[in-house]
Amino acid sequence: MSVQAESRRTPAKGTMVLEARNIVKRYGHVTALDGANLELRAGEVLAVIGDNGAGKSTMVKVLCGAVIPDQGEVLLDGVPVHFTSPLDPRKRGIETVYQDLAVAPALDIATNLFLGREVRCRGILGSWFRLLDKRRMKSEAQKEMAELKFRLPSIDSAVEDLSGGQRQGVAVARAAIFARRLVIMDEPTAALGVRESGEVLNLIRTIRDRGLPVLLISHNMPHVFELADRIHIMRLGRRVALTTPQKHTMGEVVAIMTGAMPGNDQASGADGPSAA
Amino acid sequence: MAPNAVASINRGTVSLGRAIATPAVGPLVVLLVFCAIFSLSTHTFLAVGNLSLIIQQSVIVGTLAIGQSMIILTGGIDLANGAIAVLGTIVAGRLVNDGNNPALCLLLAIFLCTLVGVISGLLVSRLWLPPFIVTLGLLGIVTAATRLIAQGGAFPVTDDLLSWTGNSAIRDGSGVTYGMLIMFGLYVLVWYLLTQTAWGRHVYAIGNNRPAARLVGIPVQSRLLSVYVFAAFLYGVGAWLALGRIPNADPNALQNANLDSITAVVIGGTSLFGGRGSIWGTIVGTLIVSVLRNGLTLSGFDPLWQDLVTGVLVISAVAVDQISRGKQR
Amino acid sequence: MNIVTPRLTHVGENIASVPSERTKRTRSKNFSQFLRRAWAGLRFTFGVFVLLALATLAGFPTSSNAAGSKDEILIGLVTKTEVNPYFVKLRQAATAEAEKKGAKLLARFGKFDGDNEGQVAAIENFISAGVKGILITPSNSTGVLGAVKKAREKGILVIALDTATDPADAVDATLATDNFQAGVLQGQYARKALGAKAPKLAMLDGTPGGSVDNQRHDGFLKGFGIKEGDPAIVGKQNTHGALDEGQTAMENLLTAHPDINVVYTINEPAAEGAYAAIKKAGKQQDIVLTSIDGGRLGVKYVQDGKIAATVMQFPKKMATRGVDYVIDFAKTGKKPSGFIDTGAELITDKPFSDLPSKDTKFGVENCWG
Ligand SMILES: Nc1ncnc2c1ncn2[C@@H]1O[C@H](COP(=O)(O)OP(=O)(O)OP(=O)(O)O)[C@@H](O)[C@H]1O
Ligand SMILES: [Mg+2]
Repeated sequence: MSVQAESRRTPAKGTMVLEARNIVKRYGHVTALDGANLELRAGEVLAVIGDNGAGKSTMVKVLCGAVIPDQGEVLLDGVPVHFTSPLDPRKRGIETVYQDLAVAPALDIATNLFLGREVRCRGILGSWFRLLDKRRMKSEAQKEMAELKFRLPSIDSAVEDLSGGQRQGVAVARAAIFARRLVIMDEPTAALGVRESGEVLNLIRTIRDRGLPVLLISHNMPHVFELADRIHIMRLGRRVALTTPQKHTMGEVVAIMTGAMPGNDQASGADGPSAA
Repeated sequence: MAPNAVASINRGTVSLGRAIATPAVGPLVVLLVFCAIFSLSTHTFLAVGNLSLIIQQSVIVGTLAIGQSMIILTGGIDLANGAIAVLGTIVAGRLVNDGNNPALCLLLAIFLCTLVGVISGLLVSRLWLPPFIVTLGLLGIVTAATRLIAQGGAFPVTDDLLSWTGNSAIRDGSGVTYGMLIMFGLYVLVWYLLTQTAWGRHVYAIGNNRPAARLVGIPVQSRLLSVYVFAAFLYGVGAWLALGRIPNADPNALQNANLDSITAVVIGGTSLFGGRGSIWGTIVGTLIVSVLRNGLTLSGFDPLWQDLVTGVLVISAVAVDQISRGKQR
Repeated sequence: MNIVTPRLTHVGENIASVPSERTKRTRSKNFSQFLRRAWAGLRFTFGVFVLLALATLAGFPTSSNAAGSKDEILIGLVTKTEVNPYFVKLRQAATAEAEKKGAKLLARFGKFDGDNEGQVAAIENFISAGVKGILITPSNSTGVLGAVKKAREKGILVIALDTATDPADAVDATLATDNFQAGVLQGQYARKALGAKAPKLAMLDGTPGGSVDNQRHDGFLKGFGIKEGDPAIVGKQNTHGALDEGQTAMENLLTAHPDINVVYTINEPAAEGAYAAIKKAGKQQDIVLTSIDGGRLGVKYVQDGKIAATVMQFPKKMATRGVDYVIDFAKTGKKPSGFIDTGAELITDKPFSDLPSKDTKFGVENCWG
């Protein structure tokens, strides 16, 4: 059994991989998502931006099964799916890097990489005695890290002994190792220094070059403009514009994000008629 | 990736990293220091018979502390473990006294203990009640139930099976009892489960960062439930060991076992915040307390010294834990 | 119009401001340095502690001659708890007697009433230490028998103090108050003090299953002249011999049965708790409160009129005689045997001519605590 049980699918560039339609999610009086749409196409890096509280993280949680929406549907390869736990999308090859990383700091890097999908020994040792194949997990982890060209101290060191960038690297690498369809990242470069962000951005490029689409949430405009193929702008729980780094400047994108400039999304009525 | 580059990155954190990776080393040093002191200051401490005694005196708390360790590793705590074990002794003692088949009574007693674990596990994992409160409540409930079953009496145990764990294994007078072997066997089993299986890694991950454990797909609820149930099963075995050690089922016994087992776990270097620690630390912690009790008696100290030194050790252990956690702030 | 969000400013900083990055770095470096120093300090403290412990432990035994000199007679004493002053006094008396006779007393106690495990461990450790005799107040009359047997097989003289074992001949001898007889005295007094009134009896017992507790309880009923289950007994509660539990129990009993007119208590702390409840209900004049034990405070309660009478026992006598027996055994090989009653006396300032008793003056002079 290989770590990637199923080979990565790389559908033709431009076909729809993941789509969310009309998602509504309310927390009490707060409407986090108010009829939001999202589409992620094969081979692209889609940046999702928006002010604090615009609903980006909530959208991510809907897409990765951590939150069940009140309304709307999610389609994977055009087929409706109902994610009810973080396990469901993972089984379908969707990996997420959460804003708060979701690592166990006291455990070592290899353990964290395989957390929740440990590899057992072959034969009776594995099936009856549930014995972990630690050597295999370690060597796979080492191999993947080398392939991703991500420099880390020994694979045995605890995650809490790593720098912030290295920790982020572990979370991103975990997604990279196990993703077969797409990767979702919620602010992977937040709170990182220049060099460390650079390393994480490189990881994202590596993932994209493997043919996996990436949904990237970020507040960092330069990073967004550096990496994104398309930019999805959210405001007050909806998509207000879908653009590209070529069509709009950083200043314009920020203006749309804050409501100073109208967006171009037909579906959104909040900001009045669209202006493409 | 150049290996020496890796080594140089790691050097700065190596001492601290190792301290966490092998948390049982510190307690082991303390244990050996105490042993050295007592073997120098008394001529009876090192006798084989005396060392055997120390282990025999550790068997009950040592076994209860295994369950306690697992629960503390998940970030919980168990105040009811002694009470559950006493329930087991009373059920077995009374039923056998009433003339029932001893093997069946023993199984029933262990089963009842395990059932209490099902209750606490469900309350903790399904309703997310704090383990402190759940087990505090169960402490009262189980103690009262035990007294109701005992009806004010104690039950001297004459049956060979119930007191079998106190017998000498190998040959008579070797100082190795079946109870000791069972306890050590359980330690090896739990060590295996905690470090060599996915279940164990999940236990650590849940205690270390529960939301993360959920997000990476660990079935947090069923893992927690299994920990509480397994721990309570071990308390049931602890009841059997207790009957072997003192063949008398007494509803007033083991009132301090909950705190004693927490003490052993903490002295053993396991973090009360969960997610860090080793099961070997727990046996070492248990032995430290027993060695102190024995050694101080042999050297004629006032018994209060034992409580005093134990208290210092507990605080030191928690301080070490805090400092090593502090570095991630 | 403001198009620059606060976040964007922050982002800009990230790219353009290498200096701010550097200050952040140094600050975190300082902090980790601080932690490393704190860690080193802690290791140092711990080391000092270990050294200190080493020094005391290495020094102490030689000065106290615990297991050092071979010819000194070692005596082990295991009491029930260190919470109850009765056992503290017993231990102090034994220590003093041993010292006077040139022997060394090792004392251990259970952590709580019923701590068989603690008592057994103490006996085992005494055997290891090489004691000549063991004096024990067993927590439970059967719990320690295994360890006692081991000790006797090693030729150690074992004497039960205060509480007999079951069977009584599991130990060489028992030095104790005849608790049943003491209970009889308490019951007889209560009956006489009640006079012609129809009894409404409340019983504040100790710990369920305790042998002393049962003997006193049964003795009281015998002296009082009724049987277990008699309708005159309006209520029974377990107080574990503690003041607070005694008070709670009495409060509840008085609420349920305001007509209670005579009270049995297992010991004086329980009696004091009961008195507090009785006083709160304003029934001091209507209720005959009796107790048993004979501690200093107990005698004082009798003097103050809080308790009508108490039955005094003599733990110091048990301790000193126990120590003497062991020393005698070590020197001559002679063992005492059987039940040796150390006696009980009724203490009251309202005596009845046909019931022998002593006044509180005698009580103050002879009480144990
Ligand atoms: N668990 C929750 N309970 C209640 N309200 C919530 C919860 N999660 C999110 N919200 C609310 O929903 C709205 C959208 O939150 P969300 O976290 O999706 O924003 P975001 O775009 O990710 O913001 P940020 O840039 O700060 O990460 C906010 O108003 C937030 O307060
Ligand atoms: Mg967010």
